[in-house]
Amino acid sequence: MGKIGIIIQREYFSRVKKKSFIIMTVLGPVLMAAIMIVPLWIAMQDKTVQRIQVIDDSGLFQNLLQSDEYNQFDFTPINIFTAKENFYSTDYNVILYIPPSIIKGNYNVQLFYKKQPGVSTEMFIRSQLEERITDMKLFANKIDVELIKKTKTKINLSTNKIEEDGKSTQTSTAVNMFIGFVGAILIYIFIFLYGVQVMRGVIEEKTNRIVEVIISSVRPFQLMMGKIVGIALVGLTQFLLWTILTFTIYTVTYTVFLGKIDNNIEQIEKIKQSQLEKGPFNAPEEIKKMDSSEVIQIMRGLKQIDFVALFLCFVFYFIAGYLLYGALFAAIGSAVDNEADTQQFMLPVTVPLILSFVVAQSIMQNPEGSLSFWFSVIPFTSPVVMMVRLPLGVPVWQLATSMILLAAGFIATTWLAGKIYRTGILMYGKKITYSEIFKWLRFNS
Amino acid sequence: MNLLLAEHIEKQYAHHKALDDVSIAVQKQSVFGLLGPNGAGKTTLIRIINQITAPDKGELFFNGEKLQAKHVSQIGYLPEERGLYKKMKVGEQALYLAQLKGMKKSEAREKLKIWFKRFDIYNWWDKKVEELSKGMAQKIQFITTVLHQPQLLILDEPFSGFDPINTNLLKEEILKLREEGTTIIFSTHNMESVEAICDHIALINQSKKILDGNVREIRNSFKKNIFEITFKGNLIAFTNALWTGYELLNTKSDGDYTIAQVKTLSSNNPNELLKSVLPEVEVHGLQEILPSMNEIFISKIKEQNHLQHG
Repeated sequence: MGKIGIIIQREYFSRVKKKSFIIMTVLGPVLMAAIMIVPLWIAMQDKTVQRIQVIDDSGLFQNLLQSDEYNQFDFTPINIFTAKENFYSTDYNVILYIPPSIIKGNYNVQLFYKKQPGVSTEMFIRSQLEERITDMKLFANKIDVELIKKTKTKINLSTNKIEEDGKSTQTSTAVNMFIGFVGAILIYIFIFLYGVQVMRGVIEEKTNRIVEVIISSVRPFQLMMGKIVGIALVGLTQFLLWTILTFTIYTVTYTVFLGKIDNNIEQIEKIKQSQLEKGPFNAPEEIKKMDSSEVIQIMRGLKQIDFVALFLCFVFYFIAGYLLYGALFAAIGSAVDNEADTQQFMLPVTVPLILSFVVAQSIMQNPEGSLSFWFSVIPFTSPVVMMVRLPLGVPVWQLATSMILLAAGFIATTWLAGKIYRTGILMYGKKITYSEIFKWLRFNS
Repeated sequence: MNLLLAEHIEKQYAHHKALDDVSIAVQKQSVFGLLGPNGAGKTTLIRIINQITAPDKGELFFNGEKLQAKHVSQIGYLPEERGLYKKMKVGEQALYLAQLKGMKKSEAREKLKIWFKRFDIYNWWDKKVEELSKGMAQKIQFITTVLHQPQLLILDEPFSGFDPINTNLLKEEILKLREEGTTIIFSTHNMESVEAICDHIALINQSKKILDGNVREIRNSFKKNIFEITFKGNLIAFTNALWTGYELLNTKSDGDYTIAQVKTLSSNNPNELLKSVLPEVEVHGLQEILPSMNEIFISKIKEQNHLQHG
């Protein structure tokens, strides 16, 4: 094994064995899974039946509020004061009090509870009341309620891409953007998180004063690259573990608690398929509704993306982008004595990175504009920006240009960083300025 | 036979010239002292020998061959700015550094065990460096420097920060290594250790070499013909005996004895001096006073600085 291999090994294992790495690896997925599952879980919790005692002093809503599976309205002809007094001796969860003033257009309605009801219950009550009042107003103005309902329209816009050879494929812009954006965020986070680790590692070696011992055995460039590659492997390991763990936790929880949802989607697919065979014109109302179901659109969109090509591009931009920035972070680390001094040098490195993230968001509005083109070709911004564009379809020549420039970019920054690094690591107790760094680049050969 | 030869080395930095036509020759199995005040260029020269930086001009030869990357495994280097990874375990760290010098892991482990036992620190193997005291860490650093049995050992200010006990231990180890065939370059501005350890020296000041050679010869060439006589007897009689041809520099009494420093003006023969004083006093000791390296060091540097500024 070469010396660079020994360095990579040390950089890798010294980090992977750390307690903080293990804790982060376990906590990360738990948090991720929690973010995904907790809202669903909370939604599930809401699904206990709420018994609503309605006291309607206005007399407008008598039996007009419609109960559903989870919310049961129960009109009681008692007054609000007795209802409140006896609240705890009844099994009602909430009391809905509609004061008489509602007739005069004062829409203040009160809800009393023992335990805070879920948002969905509140929303259900509110929408029920609002709908009824709207209906009444329409009726009072002699407008046909049924007519109004019929005029409401929902358009299902399906996007299709026509290739030069005439082939047409249905796409889902929303899905494409989402996938691209997730990829871009991953690259962005990875570069930041592990780029800074490279910098810290270099500073650590410098402040520990071990660096001179090491570079009497290996070339500074080997030490720098060993560190960058070793930390990249740590990052990849962490991401891999996160993915596996998150997926496992999510799947387990999902199947245990939320299995029903999956079945529903399958059923819809089946019904749709069998119905479609009968021909679109006979298709009943139900199917049109289902066709617009977002879930199905997403699934259809997913099928259209070439995942292998996308994944390979992702890996390329992920690694090349990290190498480009990793070298720069290493150079910063070598030029300073401690982390507090990094500020002035961090700015020019982080600005393009943050800029690319900002641009990525605006590109979602206009994926084929000149802004998108330039930022997805310039090496400093291309890893993040190109990732957003990729699932939307990028001309091959643009992709090739971007990749070649990025490869050239990381070779160039690594070479420059190497020059700064080997001078910087041996400089102690001196505040380094930009002009000093330019001198290092010019003078030493 | 020279193990290392550096010829006409020059190195220019952005702001100043660090080395100006410096040549040194280091004999095999000797201790070579590289002396000079701070900022003279010693560390730059050492870094060039270690191939950390490249010279602008000049050539280096190791064992007759042009100095190149493969020689790294033949050199052990203890820099002035030295340290260890604080969070790493002692044993692991020593293994890592040995592997970087080209040793096989199993071989390094065996040798480390021997050294750790010899320095009585075997139970530190699994301790983190941050748990060790400074002196302990220095022992580890020394071991990692010599573990791969380098032909050339370069020690830059090795005693700085060492307590007297460890300094002594280190001195003994250095001399032992020389006996076993190692060549040692020893850089310092602390002159006391030079006389005890070094065979040859080179004195560098303001990026130029201003003096080099065998320590004994240098001291002899700088001697001022001063002798120290320890005697019992009458000081006036002693003074009278040295009336011509001698200069009495100073005297001090030490109990029954008097110690006098005498400079010979005509001949530099201690026998002549003895003949003159023997009839007058009872001589208990005679010793030629050679200038200390410290004195030579200071006078040479003052001389050069004076030439440059005056």
